[in-house]
Amino acid sequence: MASLITCPHCGTRPKEEFAVRGDATPLRPDPAASDEAWADYVFVRANPRGRTFEHWQHVAGCRRFLVVERDTVTHEVYSVTDGAAFSRGRMA
Amino acid sequence: MRYSALSILRNAFKGNLGWTPAWRQPEPKPHYDVIIVGGGGHGLSTAYYLAKEFGVRNIAVLEKGYLGSGNVGRNTTIVRSNYLLPGNEPFYEFSLKLWEGLEQDLNYNVMLSQRGIINLYHSDGQRDDYLRRGNAMWMEGVAAENLTRAQLKSMLPFLNFDHARYPILGGLLQKRAGTARHDAVAWGYARGADRHGVDIIQHCEVTGIRRENGVVTGVETSKGFIGCGKLALAAAGNTSVVGEMAGLKLPIESHVLQAFVTEGIKPAIHHVITYGGGHFYISQSDKGGLVFGAEIDGFTSYAQRGNLATAEHVMEEGVTMIPGLSRVRVLRAWGGVMDMSMDGSPIIDRTPIDNLYLNCGWCYGGFKATPASGFCFAHLIAKNDPHPVARALRLDRFERGYEIDEHGAGPQPNLH
Amino acid sequence: MSPHRLDNGGLVDRGQSLDFSFDGRRMRGLAGDTLASALLANGITLVGRSFKYHRPRGIVTAGASEPNALVTIGTGARSEPNTRATVAELHDGLTAKSQNRWPSLSFDIGAVNGLLSPMISAGFYYKTFMWPAAFWEKVYEPIIRRAAGLGKAVLERDPDTYEKSWAHCDLLVIGAGAAGLMAAVTAARAGLDVILADEGFRPGGGLLGETALIDNQAAPVFATHVVDELKSLPNVRILTRTTVFGWYDDNVFGAVERVQKHVAEPVSTRPVERVWRIAAARAILASGAEERPLVFGGNDRPGIMTARAVSTYINRYAVAPGRAVVVFTNGPQGYQTAADLVRVGVSVPAIVDSRTEAGDPAPKGVRVIAGAGIVDTSGGLRVDGVTVERAGFRETIACDAVAMSGGVSPVIHLACQRGLKPFWSEAHSAFLAPETGPHLTVAGAAAGHGALAAALADGVSKALAAMADLGRRAAPAPLPETDAREGSAAAPLWYVPGARSKAFVDFQNDVTADDLGLALREGFGHIEHAKRYTTNGMATDQGKLSNINAIGILAGMQGVSPAQVGTTTFRPFYTPVSFGALAGTARDMHASPIRRSPLHGWAEGEGARFVEAGPWYRSSHFPRAGEKGLAETVNREVLAVRAAVGICDVSTLGKIEVFGADAAEFLNRLYSNAVLKLPVGRARYGLMLREDGIVYDDGTVSRLGETHYLVTTTTALAAGVLSHMEYAAQVLWPDLDVRFVSVSDQWAQMSIAGPKARAVLAQFVEADLSDTAFPALAAGAVTLKGGLRARLFRISFSGELAYELAVPASYGEAVAEAIMQAGRAHGITAYGLEALNVLRIEKGFVTHAEIDGRSTPDDLGLGKMLSTQKPDFIGKRLSSRYGLTAADRMQMIGLLPVDRDKPVRAGAHLLREGAKPSTLNDQGWVSSACYSPVVGRHIALAFLKSGRERYGERIVVWDRMHGEEVVAEVVRPVFVDPDNLKING
Repeated sequence: MASLITCPHCGTRPKEEFAVRGDATPLRPDPAASDEAWADYVFVRANPRGRTFEHWQHVAGCRRFLVVERDTVTHEVYSVTDGAAFSRGRMA
Repeated sequence: MRYSALSILRNAFKGNLGWTPAWRQPEPKPHYDVIIVGGGGHGLSTAYYLAKEFGVRNIAVLEKGYLGSGNVGRNTTIVRSNYLLPGNEPFYEFSLKLWEGLEQDLNYNVMLSQRGIINLYHSDGQRDDYLRRGNAMWMEGVAAENLTRAQLKSMLPFLNFDHARYPILGGLLQKRAGTARHDAVAWGYARGADRHGVDIIQHCEVTGIRRENGVVTGVETSKGFIGCGKLALAAAGNTSVVGEMAGLKLPIESHVLQAFVTEGIKPAIHHVITYGGGHFYISQSDKGGLVFGAEIDGFTSYAQRGNLATAEHVMEEGVTMIPGLSRVRVLRAWGGVMDMSMDGSPIIDRTPIDNLYLNCGWCYGGFKATPASGFCFAHLIAKNDPHPVARALRLDRFERGYEIDEHGAGPQPNLH
Repeated sequence: MSPHRLDNGGLVDRGQSLDFSFDGRRMRGLAGDTLASALLANGITLVGRSFKYHRPRGIVTAGASEPNALVTIGTGARSEPNTRATVAELHDGLTAKSQNRWPSLSFDIGAVNGLLSPMISAGFYYKTFMWPAAFWEKVYEPIIRRAAGLGKAVLERDPDTYEKSWAHCDLLVIGAGAAGLMAAVTAARAGLDVILADEGFRPGGGLLGETALIDNQAAPVFATHVVDELKSLPNVRILTRTTVFGWYDDNVFGAVERVQKHVAEPVSTRPVERVWRIAAARAILASGAEERPLVFGGNDRPGIMTARAVSTYINRYAVAPGRAVVVFTNGPQGYQTAADLVRVGVSVPAIVDSRTEAGDPAPKGVRVIAGAGIVDTSGGLRVDGVTVERAGFRETIACDAVAMSGGVSPVIHLACQRGLKPFWSEAHSAFLAPETGPHLTVAGAAAGHGALAAALADGVSKALAAMADLGRRAAPAPLPETDAREGSAAAPLWYVPGARSKAFVDFQNDVTADDLGLALREGFGHIEHAKRYTTNGMATDQGKLSNINAIGILAGMQGVSPAQVGTTTFRPFYTPVSFGALAGTARDMHASPIRRSPLHGWAEGEGARFVEAGPWYRSSHFPRAGEKGLAETVNREVLAVRAAVGICDVSTLGKIEVFGADAAEFLNRLYSNAVLKLPVGRARYGLMLREDGIVYDDGTVSRLGETHYLVTTTTALAAGVLSHMEYAAQVLWPDLDVRFVSVSDQWAQMSIAGPKARAVLAQFVEADLSDTAFPALAAGAVTLKGGLRARLFRISFSGELAYELAVPASYGEAVAEAIMQAGRAHGITAYGLEALNVLRIEKGFVTHAEIDGRSTPDDLGLGKMLSTQKPDFIGKRLSSRYGLTAADRMQMIGLLPVDRDKPVRAGAHLLREGAKPSTLNDQGWVSSACYSPVVGRHIALAFLKSGRERYGERIVVWDRMHGEEVVAEVVRPVFVDPDNLKING
């Protein structure tokens, strides 16, 4: 992951083509959700030591937001999927 | 034993056989009044000040590796108090003042070298930002100077005055800033804490936090259960992992920051210099190596190692700032795991659990904070009340809307 | 011929003599020499001084691990300190200088430190220099600093160039010795894409100094044949002079190729160094093994080197490092070296073997002293004798060199760079590489298969395994046969007791066995503590020779196995890499991309000065002949806009075109103000917040059709806002029907501003521009006379009647020039960023000086743009947090100095009159300031606590950085046309 990322649209590309955005797991709360839910969404991070899902944008390629599933200790990548599909799956 | 000119001389004649251990290697007792998790700079200084300044006895520091194995031993050793915001500047100035007396206080030479830090600026907007910061420093009584391009040319003739992509227009100087010998800081505090009776227990990993009736009663460790009256977390990059054991939700991401050192060369760079056209910063150690770094790698990581693309980018910035670095060889790269907070500023606070205290969020600025962090954390633990210079460093500032965002980058740590 | 050069043998070209100099002395070497072999051939043994005690030091090794023979090579801007003479390829005209000595290498004042050594043992500085308290900073530290470092870096601009390249392969083989060559050829014959990288200038590794036969050929000849075969294959790339320095994630390797470090004058069309990033499906690490020095009293005298180095100098370079060489060994290598010495006629007074039963045959006539050790040496600038102790008896033996062998350690550096720790193998008496998984495997001596036959076989089998893992198959070729003899087992010997003088573990940093003992005594026994406390392993060789001995000594002192001590952490770089190589071409003006507006040429023609604005060069101002300084120019430009008309390039603003049935809904969620009901043909000022409720960016939204919008961003955040929108569309609301694309580069855009703007534009635009037909904030497509399709927006950032005209980028300059011509009659004036800034400050319009990532809409006086009607938009919920709505927040106000002649500057802070400066008393700060030629005095925008309640108050503008204090009146942040009569005119 820290050298190469395999974009599902563009293939294996160097990391410099991507920009990392952050944790992909929090879902944006409903406007009516509690203050706490909103503050958690914006400020709190699970920050797991191990498997994590993270948004990376292929800025110098297809410009899609991708969800990179990887390990924060070994940096091994388990999967890379399109961010919109991931979001739809989460929202469903 | 106390270090003095006499002790050195006496030992010199005895083949240096008379020196005794700098700290004990105790086995954990069943119960401590205060347990500090994390035997790095902040944990050790907290223990030292708790014992020395606040009279707390019966303290243990638990360290999963060897003491000083975290960020205190893998940073670029910079010490400064040139902050912008009122939530930060008094705290860091308090820290710098503690640094200035640290050698005598600890009877340990941490080799503080107040050689001055120069933040270069490259545009009118950046100049105005630095002037604002300089004036904020003066408000706190901290001297700052605006260096002109001409002054810089005579002070730092090796800078790229002629071909830089972003021209060097001037710089903000804090003369009292500088560097310290990072390992010595951990060792000095460890030795000091030990002399005040603190048990520093190395190779003791905390694996769980036991709670009963809403309060912490002790910690499960690789050396068994250890009870405590108060538990204080100073786990830096591992804050989230330890915090989760107590069910804490934290505004922290762990990121890797690389730092580098070159082969030793004769003294050539006599200040700490930062490049405003990027994130590069550099100084020269007392051994001769140029110590430098730049931005974090950008992704969350618990691995103490960085990626090559970022390393290359750091070198690009270095050569752009100082063209003559081109033929200097880089010896070693290392990575520290930073506890990046959501506004780039630290947290020293109580937690929703009454006897659990939290010290984290140091981002890439924890080293310079070591003395004040320990002092203020000790104050909080001992008195249950924040130290005046650390009042703004609250955990709930995010949900309350009181972020301390020096860079104005918002809640995305890799932008800070 | 040089005094120590052998008449026969070696891989040097006796027909090609090379001139070089060392410390000003001119000498000759041969092609194929390293600087070290050439120095030895000339009888030079003393090459450097150690770091701390300035002890005289000679060449210890024949390779990358050299701790002592560090010299400065080259002169002027090309000089390179700390270059290892043992790997520096000799070339004609090479100039080398010794380091860390004064006044000369043979007489160095710094050696007095040696006398102080009892007081400056490991960690001494932590205990001392503290009295009197003030002396550390003033006296001690400067002295220590002056003593720092080895060679001198000139820090001059580098005359040479560097580059970087990617490479991809099926199999990367690191190291072209026995195992590496066999691995490469096995994979290459099967058709894999192979890269073979080797740090030497001649592939072959240890084979080049090997005396055994392989397939009945001399080992170097065998190596040459394999290399020739590899060179003939199209699927193989051989990178010589290339050090693989790092193993990174995803099996990407960093390597540096020294393209022109071996030539006197580099060719300017080629780089001197090239960094490779090699993405390898599989890699084999065949980096060989390192011989350990022995730690005994006086083991650092010049003339004492590792036994393998002695053999290498004899066999590969045809140089005899001495005339009488004592061998000190704990295993078979010493005997091999003794044989090499005897073969070329060098006397071997004794083989001192630490083992009680030496298992190897000694050369005829050579005395073996078994169960013995060297406990001391003698000599000044070169060793001239050794003291051998056996069973309590000592004898001295005269010699002029010592070959020492403490067994071997596999070179496993790369395999341990990614967090995995090596493990101790009792059988090998060495640390072996951890299980690294299928992507990287270790072969040959690096894997503990040190014997030649085993290394050759292991190379083949590791290649076959890697191929199988990739699903590739090949019939194994017959293994080459060798007559190499397998020696006895070495017996670990970490330290020779009884030393009477210093026994060095780390030569360069002067760390002795006693220092390690002291570290242990003081509680620094953990290997990482011992390293940091004594600096063992922290020199330029990163402990390649010293680490293992330190581990062994610490283990011995504690009575534990080296396994329990463990190693320190292996990190890049395997050997030091230059800044220049890692930076490549991205330096100076190429440090980051340069962008120029489509109107750049037009502005240049108008005499613009340009200024860096992010990646852009934007027109700053347009000085005219006779104008004295920036202020005069800017005042003229500002007044021209206020009184007549000006034209300004605003092409760098971000422009994003948005389409789709849900475009309106999408934008409504992005902006804090209402966008949903914006009519077609109209524009609106908009604020985007971050989700934390802080203003992110401002710009305009224009509705060009029912489902078609154009949004603009600030120049600085053109890329950021696009990404922000993409995140919102793809991640937050993937089901909205919206598409957008950046058109920033497609349009040249200019602002035509001033009371005469309409009159100028009317000459071009085929449309009714009257206020009724095209009022303020009108937006739409227009046709210019001549038929060019353009877009026109009645948007003002100056407070004047103003239009922004966008034309296809390639027409930009022509249109701008035409406007200038048509506007001449109206006094049209080109204006730049400086005037633009004054114009907007006069009107109280904000930029990123105010939108600094900490301000809310209300702070900026734009509270009305925070919609309370909309159910949701980014930033809505968190903008109502307590701290973001508190009454004492800093609000944007205007400042007018009471003394009309006094300037205020951005960056100043605000204090109540009479208040002492303190963080607590700090009332705010000045974000933007300028001289207003319209108002006739300095004006400023500032942030002041509860500022909007304080209009009319006098406040001190406190600028300690400039030593200035100015009293100013707090006013509404609008200095010109507060009722917007001109904009709407």
